[in-house]
Amino acid sequence: MKNILLIIQREYLTRVRKKSFIVMTILGPVLMGLMYAGIIWAAISSINQKKIEVLDQSGLFRDKFKNSSSYVYEYMKGDLDGLKNDLKKSGADALVYIPANVFEQPKSVKIYSEKGVSLEVQSRIEEEIENEIENIKLTEAGITRSTLENAKVKVSAETISLKAGEEKKSSATAASIIGGIAAFLIYMAVFIYGAQVMRSITEEKTSRIVEVLISSVKPFQLMIGKIVGVALVGLTQFGLWIILTTAIFAAGGRIMADKMQKAPAAMTEMQMNNMPPEAREAMKDQSAVADAMPDILGAVSTLPVGTIVFCFILYFIGGYLLYSSLFGAVGSAVDSETDTQQFMLPITIPIIASFAIAQIVIRDPYSPLAVWASMIPFTSPIIMMVRIPFGVPAWQIALSVTLLIAGFIFTTWLASRIYRVGILMYGKKITWKELGKWLFYKV
Amino acid sequence: MSDNILEVKNVVKNYADHRALDHVSLTVPKGVIYGLLGPNGAGKTSLIRIVNQITGPDEGTILFDGRPLSENNIYDIGYLPEERGLYKKMKVGEQLLYLARLKGLNKEDALEKLKEWFIKFDIKTWWDKNVEDLSKGMQQKVQFVATILHQPKLIILDEPFSGFDPINANLIKDEILELKEKGSTIIFSTHRMESVEELCDYICLINQSRKVLEGRKSEIKQQFKPNTFSLDFTGGLNGDNTTFIVQKSRTDTEGLISATLEARPGFSSNDILKELVDRVHVISFREDMASMNDVFLKSVKF
Repeated sequence: MKNILLIIQREYLTRVRKKSFIVMTILGPVLMGLMYAGIIWAAISSINQKKIEVLDQSGLFRDKFKNSSSYVYEYMKGDLDGLKNDLKKSGADALVYIPANVFEQPKSVKIYSEKGVSLEVQSRIEEEIENEIENIKLTEAGITRSTLENAKVKVSAETISLKAGEEKKSSATAASIIGGIAAFLIYMAVFIYGAQVMRSITEEKTSRIVEVLISSVKPFQLMIGKIVGVALVGLTQFGLWIILTTAIFAAGGRIMADKMQKAPAAMTEMQMNNMPPEAREAMKDQSAVADAMPDILGAVSTLPVGTIVFCFILYFIGGYLLYSSLFGAVGSAVDSETDTQQFMLPITIPIIASFAIAQIVIRDPYSPLAVWASMIPFTSPIIMMVRIPFGVPAWQIALSVTLLIAGFIFTTWLASRIYRVGILMYGKKITWKELGKWLFYKV
Repeated sequence: MSDNILEVKNVVKNYADHRALDHVSLTVPKGVIYGLLGPNGAGKTSLIRIVNQITGPDEGTILFDGRPLSENNIYDIGYLPEERGLYKKMKVGEQLLYLARLKGLNKEDALEKLKEWFIKFDIKTWWDKNVEDLSKGMQQKVQFVATILHQPKLIILDEPFSGFDPINANLIKDEILELKEKGSTIIFSTHRMESVEELCDYICLINQSRKVLEGRKSEIKQQFKPNTFSLDFTGGLNGDNTTFIVQKSRTDTEGLISATLEARPGFSSNDILKELVDRVHVISFREDMASMNDVFLKSVKF
């Protein structure tokens, strides 16, 4: 026992003191923050005024193209060929030609330019013309645009789950966001730290220190010590990430909020106008999310937060233990990291599959697929975390955790059988059959 | 307590497709340097791993200091494997401390002892260096310290001199002798017969999974002596000799003749010398001894 503690201590300290650990732990959240700041900054600063000439032979669009901070329209007279020739001299970015019969033949609109026009410009002009023709047609039919706008309704349903006779307000959106994040974190953790266990076992084997070590400790102690040590590193790193990310986003949010208050509302308006229609739709959705934000925050507080946090730690550790012992077995069987590929696949498939299944489970967390996948130890850490925010009966969590514990006891046993043989086996090309035999070797 | 630090009795070890040890028995007395010899693949490493409890025997028993080998005995054994290895990215001092603590020393004792060794080997400046920054020979020295730091009763050294330059090899040799003085027993596996010649008190030879020879080095050499004599003389040695046969002779420019004589059955060195004294002028006469190299080659070949 004393030796296991020594091993855990070494595994933990050597990793935590590494420069790469310190850099990654601090830099991770900073990079995330910078990335978001970069996106926002790019959106604000990429505004560049464009000059567009319009030759309107239909006469329908007089004064309909509105000048903005990013587009300046100039109505031209004369014939098309002359204007085309003068385009370069006039310094305009594009020339829009609207023929007289545009009402009947909307596809006859043409845009000329020296350098080619961006999709953004093209879709903007198309949209203006479409809207105008629509307006005219609506007017002809006796409908005003405002009547039409009023007819559109935005529905945002509130879901209420009935549990134990009590009516509880919940939000499916909040639940899926929380579930998705938790599942993703576990998925990442299994991969990052599982691979660390594997690499470090291969390293001990190839550097031959392992023979010195196992003349002092049992192979099983060495393996468990390493797995637990790396787990503690993982918990430390995740803990720091969560704290730092929260701090950075809180600080960033304050700064953004200040800026937003000072900047006139027109700024956002201008930004909106500047965007292609798809982006604008997305923005509208986002602002819908923003509108719903207080609701979501309200909903989060109704989620079983305690259960979520408790289960997250449980499934994080359980899922990690289950997979890292398998990763460790692979690490012990091979002579170098490049040989790990063939053995990695069967281990990574269930992880990747459970992440894929998670997408389906988010949509229907009570389907038979979801229930089964949250019971099987190989998929349960990710799937159960998706389901828990939606509310899962306690007996299901209990059963799933029990199965997970049984699962990692089994994989650890399996891994230790392979490990004790593998670490002393050099220069042999290992096959699946060989690995199977190792399980029953007497050492 | 026993006079023997280690007794291996009828040990059998099978691997998937071959038998690595076939009823091997040997006895290592206390306070000696015991040479474990044998060609590559003979089963030496398998035996060493069993003694270190890295693997277990399929059959047979092992007694350590008179009692069956138990888990606690790992603290009494120091092992230097043939394939050396240390954590490359770990500092020398920290690493030695870690390995010493795994061998049961507490932190203070380990530090104390490490300091002594660092002074003794004059490697004080290495403490904070990463192992990968040391030369191969330096790493070997570090590993040697790791092997013996906890003052084990039994030290098992697999090819301890490989990778050392002559100066450091000598340093290690002196250390081994000093450890013996202090009461440790050393099992020492090697192919280099000159170091066996120089250091070992006992030897055991393993070939093709079986023990071929075991005993005091001097007795074995006696057993393997070729029964020939080297003679330098002047004069003539023609005709029949009653006590010996001339195997070969060579005359140098000064007229000095060097010859190898083989004793006829039943005659001793004294009988031969008596006959020689009457016939030639003897300059030197010496019984040939078997070198460990001869012993090794003869036993392994059959």
